[in-house]
Amino acid sequence: MIETIIQNLINALQWGSFYALIALGYTMVYGVLTLINFAHGDVFMVGAYIAFFVATFILTVLGLPGWIALALTIPVTMILTSMVGVSLERIAYRPLRRKGAHRLYVVITALMCGLILEHANLAILGASRKAFPSLIVEHVYTVGGVSFTNLKIAVIVTAILSFFILQWIVTQTKVGMAMRAISYDKFAVPLMGIPIDSIIVITFALGSSFAGLAGLLFAMSYPVLEPYMGALIGWKAFIAAVVGGIGDIRGAFLGGFLLGAVEILVVAVFPSTYRDLIAFTVLLIILSLKPTGLFGIAKTTKI
Amino acid sequence: MRKTPVKSILQRYSVHFILVVLGAGITYLAYQEAIGLYVLSVLMFMGVNIILSTSLNLVNGNMGEFSCGHAGFMCVGAYVASILGVLLFAKDKIFGVPLLSPDLAVYCFPFIIIAGGIAAAFAGLLVALPSYKTRGDYLAIITIAANYIIISLIENLGAIGGSRGFMGMKKVVNAMNDVVDLPWMVIWVFIFTVFTVWILRRYNSSTFGKGVSAICQDEVAAEIMSVDTNKVKTITFMLSSGLAGIAGGLFAYIIGYVNPGSFNILKSTEVMVMVYLGGMASLSGAVMSAIFFTILLELLRPLQIIKWVIIPLVLIIVMQFRPEGIMGNRELSDIFPKLKRFYRFK
Repeated sequence: MIETIIQNLINALQWGSFYALIALGYTMVYGVLTLINFAHGDVFMVGAYIAFFVATFILTVLGLPGWIALALTIPVTMILTSMVGVSLERIAYRPLRRKGAHRLYVVITALMCGLILEHANLAILGASRKAFPSLIVEHVYTVGGVSFTNLKIAVIVTAILSFFILQWIVTQTKVGMAMRAISYDKFAVPLMGIPIDSIIVITFALGSSFAGLAGLLFAMSYPVLEPYMGALIGWKAFIAAVVGGIGDIRGAFLGGFLLGAVEILVVAVFPSTYRDLIAFTVLLIILSLKPTGLFGIAKTTKI
Repeated sequence: MRKTPVKSILQRYSVHFILVVLGAGITYLAYQEAIGLYVLSVLMFMGVNIILSTSLNLVNGNMGEFSCGHAGFMCVGAYVASILGVLLFAKDKIFGVPLLSPDLAVYCFPFIIIAGGIAAAFAGLLVALPSYKTRGDYLAIITIAANYIIISLIENLGAIGGSRGFMGMKKVVNAMNDVVDLPWMVIWVFIFTVFTVWILRRYNSSTFGKGVSAICQDEVAAEIMSVDTNKVKTITFMLSSGLAGIAGGLFAYIIGYVNPGSFNILKSTEVMVMVYLGGMASLSGAVMSAIFFTILLELLRPLQIIKWVIIPLVLIIVMQFRPEGIMGNRELSDIFPKLKRFYRFK
């Protein structure tokens, strides 16, 4: 009995790690711009594909062993994915922001960018699924009836490390201070000599690079890639971010793990088709009881 | 006695006249089979899309909320209307012999569609009740979650087909044609489309409907000005989702087959695109963009998958150069004030 619980807990942590990593990107962009970047789930998908091409290139063309390939794939994927996120910001969002368009129009543009990424991928690479090459040898460890792989542990550790890195950047560095300042008062910040556009670019780069990392880890854990893999997981990660209280790094992280835990527990008890139904119902109840999320602060509005 | 001037008569009846001529014309052409089945189905989808975009416009445009789960309510309407129709009027594997004589289908069809709409309106409570306390992006999430919950619920109901879908609606349509041989679907889609636009126009211009725009401007201020915000929100959400349910019922009977997968978030996105392309809070904009969007979808059909690259690209470009949509928040008669002399639509 206790083994089953721990086993499910490890599974939940691993599954929640993906949500948490993606939700971090959502929440950072939201915190700075109050923009729901609906293309983020598809940036995650692009990250997985970039990881696929980089890893295949290193393994087959350069012929390097798996662990060197992994060590090279991680930074290259993160950099390339962050470039995708930044170019989205430069091409689609920034001109709209300059014009002072209504926030919802930027959201619609983000949705459309996501659709373009998905279907351009489908048009260019075709509908056939890609099999991700195995970079490291998976070992299965069994401790007292609980079995886990080195990959699972690596995923969980990476997610926790990313959380601490981002939390450190946001709370301790000058860039993080500028980010918090922008979310506090967008109009006073440029007067203080803070380059608002560069800060936004850095935010997008950070968020997207962690989505790329999530894509790489996801592709290593579930080595089948398809163009629509980012859509559903992206929407769910966004919901996780909101449940945690969007705009707050801790909230996104906890929300991701909470959603992962709920989904794994549902699958452990009920048939797996009930996963979405029960997970979303739980989230609906949480949001109805606590409308600003777990870590969100209710804003007072002046009339 | 004062004689009514000719212009006033023209102003009063021109819209009625145009609608009657248009409806009768399309019906006659469809009856004579002068327009092909393909064009006819495009016209019917156009009607369904008009209902969808105008009803979402009520929430997203007039009330200023951000609802992205419209297809979920459409799904409820589609399933309730189809199951009711098949249960009452068609022989089916699941429900067995029809409860009523299939000859009655032709009289009861509008009630079936409206029943679907009422069911969808009650599903709208799923969003309306949390909206008392929640707003903005948090409400957006609730609408997405509602969409997923509805689809997932139907996928898990094995008795009505689950994710395999549900069919048999063609038999009901055939039963209607057996009694009186008219293109019934065309007629009802047309009537319900006109009904939707009319009821939304009435709603928006009523005193109660002014509360909707007041909530869009400032919810707290509206409450101070004695607008019962919770009541307005409940009724607006229920009206919007009920109309979406009517669209869903019509959609199901046009295609003759429903499955939960066709009401996913992509469908909601499609409706949202129509609303924002037309311009927020503009009824005529929503109608025009629904027509335009349906035609665009059909024109680009030969391109297959590239279609879904081009359409978002078009929309992004529209957003860059005209971020307020085709019409902004104005109506047709605001852009061409002289038109007011020739028609009045209330």
